[in-house]
Amino acid sequence: MTKELFTGAEMVVKSLSALKVKYIFGYPGGSVLDIYDAIFQQDEIEHILVRHEQAATHMADGYARATGEVGVVLATSGPGATNCVTGIATAYMDSIPMVVLAGQVASSLIGNDAFQETDIVGCTRPIIKHSFSCRSLADIPVAIAKAFYLASTGRPGPVVIELPKDILIPDNKAPFSIDTDIKIRSYNPTITGHPKQIKKAAKTIASAKKLVVYSGGGIILSDSSELLTTLVETLKAPVTNTLMGLGGISGTHKQFVGMLGMHGSLEANKSMANADVILALGVRFDDRVTNNVEKFCPNATIIHVDIDPTSISKTINAHIPVVGLVDVVMQQLLDELTRINFTPDEAALSQWWQQINEWRDVKSMSYEQTDTGKIKPQRVVQALYKITQGDAYICSDVGQHQMFAAQHYPFAKPRQWINSGGAGTMGFGLPAAMGVKLAFPDKHVVCITGDGSIQMNIQELSTCSQYNLPVVIVTLNNRSLGMVRQWQDMVYGGRHSSSYMESLPDFVKIAEAYGHIGIQIDNLAELDEKLTQAFAIKERLVFVDVMVDEKEHVYPMQIRTGAIDEMWLKKGVKA
Amino acid sequence: MRRILAILMENEPGSLSRIVGLFSQRAFNIESLTVAPTNDNSLSRMTIATEGDDKVLEQIVKQVNKLIDVIKITDITDRQHIERELLLVKVAAVSDKARNDIKRITDIFRGSIVDIGKQVYTVQLTGDAEKLNAFIVAIEHETDIIESARSGCVGMARGDKALRL
Repeated sequence: MTKELFTGAEMVVKSLSALKVKYIFGYPGGSVLDIYDAIFQQDEIEHILVRHEQAATHMADGYARATGEVGVVLATSGPGATNCVTGIATAYMDSIPMVVLAGQVASSLIGNDAFQETDIVGCTRPIIKHSFSCRSLADIPVAIAKAFYLASTGRPGPVVIELPKDILIPDNKAPFSIDTDIKIRSYNPTITGHPKQIKKAAKTIASAKKLVVYSGGGIILSDSSELLTTLVETLKAPVTNTLMGLGGISGTHKQFVGMLGMHGSLEANKSMANADVILALGVRFDDRVTNNVEKFCPNATIIHVDIDPTSISKTINAHIPVVGLVDVVMQQLLDELTRINFTPDEAALSQWWQQINEWRDVKSMSYEQTDTGKIKPQRVVQALYKITQGDAYICSDVGQHQMFAAQHYPFAKPRQWINSGGAGTMGFGLPAAMGVKLAFPDKHVVCITGDGSIQMNIQELSTCSQYNLPVVIVTLNNRSLGMVRQWQDMVYGGRHSSSYMESLPDFVKIAEAYGHIGIQIDNLAELDEKLTQAFAIKERLVFVDVMVDEKEHVYPMQIRTGAIDEMWLKKGVKA
Repeated sequence: MRRILAILMENEPGSLSRIVGLFSQRAFNIESLTVAPTNDNSLSRMTIATEGDDKVLEQIVKQVNKLIDVIKITDITDRQHIERELLLVKVAAVSDKARNDIKRITDIFRGSIVDIGKQVYTVQLTGDAEKLNAFIVAIEHETDIIESARSGCVGMARGDKALRL
């Protein structure tokens, strides 16, 4: 019996099918036309045509963040592939599982500066978990299966696969098989925490008087928010989340002291600064958390749990490092605490909470909204929370609106808050929201953005029309690059160098031009009503352009070069 | 402090550039780097000599280990180890005195003269970096160095310890 033969392009599609891929986000071009032809001739996988490859990566990224599945991108060689670079870097910084299939010129032309040739493997080397260059048909299923395995296990991340045109064309055929049970001898992430370290950690936790749990994106990525909640409730200690970790524990949980870091709550940063033990779970002590590392929490014993050994003791020395998958390690810790008959030290806890409540009473997130004044951006986020009953997917761009959203929308669940935390990629919000909406069409999906960020991928309004993706876009429009302007106000003597948007378009008309609904809100009296109207429209994309106070700054804010808890509460007011 | 790292990795296209890229991306130093396939052709063995304090070294070792192609990395500096480097040096041999001096110094360092030209000798010498440096100082004292090439060091732990699959 002769085996059925397939082209490389067919193998790409068959491999993705075998890995249960539902969507590919991409844009066609010369070197990948054979793959597009193969996609055309099947109906298991739907291809979503974006308007710019960067948006394809963010859309795949948003889809991956919301579902936990691997996001898949397809782009042609040269500019198609290089347009993916920002999106790959974004996924890399936030450890998002993604596979990018990039076309390449035919093998015989590689190195000749051929039309649309770029060394995409070289371009992306510093911002990927791994990459593969396929050189034969047999390489294709192996590379794709390995790429999915690598992207989604250990510390997740993006993987790039380069596919030269000559192995995709109909002239070359070969039998197809794919083995999805992958083992790679040089890749064995540590899953279980070392028992000795677990014992040490549990003992340290048990004797703590002022414990704080500091958890991050690792909790979200490993779907272990329930376990985190159990652990925190067992310990009765305060818990703070990083920007990436929001939703890891409910934002309304009584032990939750808010986000920490540059624009975190005073109580979160004070708890860290005054802690005697910090239990760090799936975090990486980012500079936007620590502030000045020299002054970072001098009295704390630090227990650092992370799947990635390079994250441990990179910026802040860990006294008790535990390498492992955070949910496995949390269960180990709970078991060990039970074994040593752990009971919380109620006297110490009561003192610790009394102290924390005093910091809470400062109400560091407060702002002043008068009935007749301009709309405060914080007020818009709070209105969104009310109208969506705290149950929307909030996809943010980057800037002041991102911080306001993180501060004023208490996330009840993991994967509900979707933002570019590590890379800080403007233009991420809209395509990410589209990816989420595709996965959860019945949910409210909101893109909170600014007048700067939205213009970095505004062309995707067209993709929304094509695939009927009725997200709600809410622009906190302050007619300037708010975060840049804030720094210029605070650090650069109020010199607003290139932070104005002096020629803003009419966003309502733009929305309408793409076939959507545009609503503008410019006074407080109509805010709640018009927002409610926007969310009542389920079948159409609504672009809500809210004119907010352009002078509002994000507070509180860490004082540069200071300790973690040295913060500005308002202009000229230190904590 | 100078450190010698021995790395065992997959012998695949791109493996070397991943390592080199990592060092430049994270601003780690490379003093020397040597790489070649091992007796098992699917594996490459690399030796990197680098500089850095303990904190930097810890990051280098972890970051290299994180690369998917890398199977093992070990810092052999602190344990008993053998370090060898190959030097080829072409020196001016224009007079009997110079030729005698070159021969004498080469013998003292247990090197060998592997090629001669009309007015040059080419000397081969192996040893650790310190020995090679000492030889260069000695020979430069007697004659002119016309060209020199060093392989960069390779290293291996002494005794039963082995870096293998």
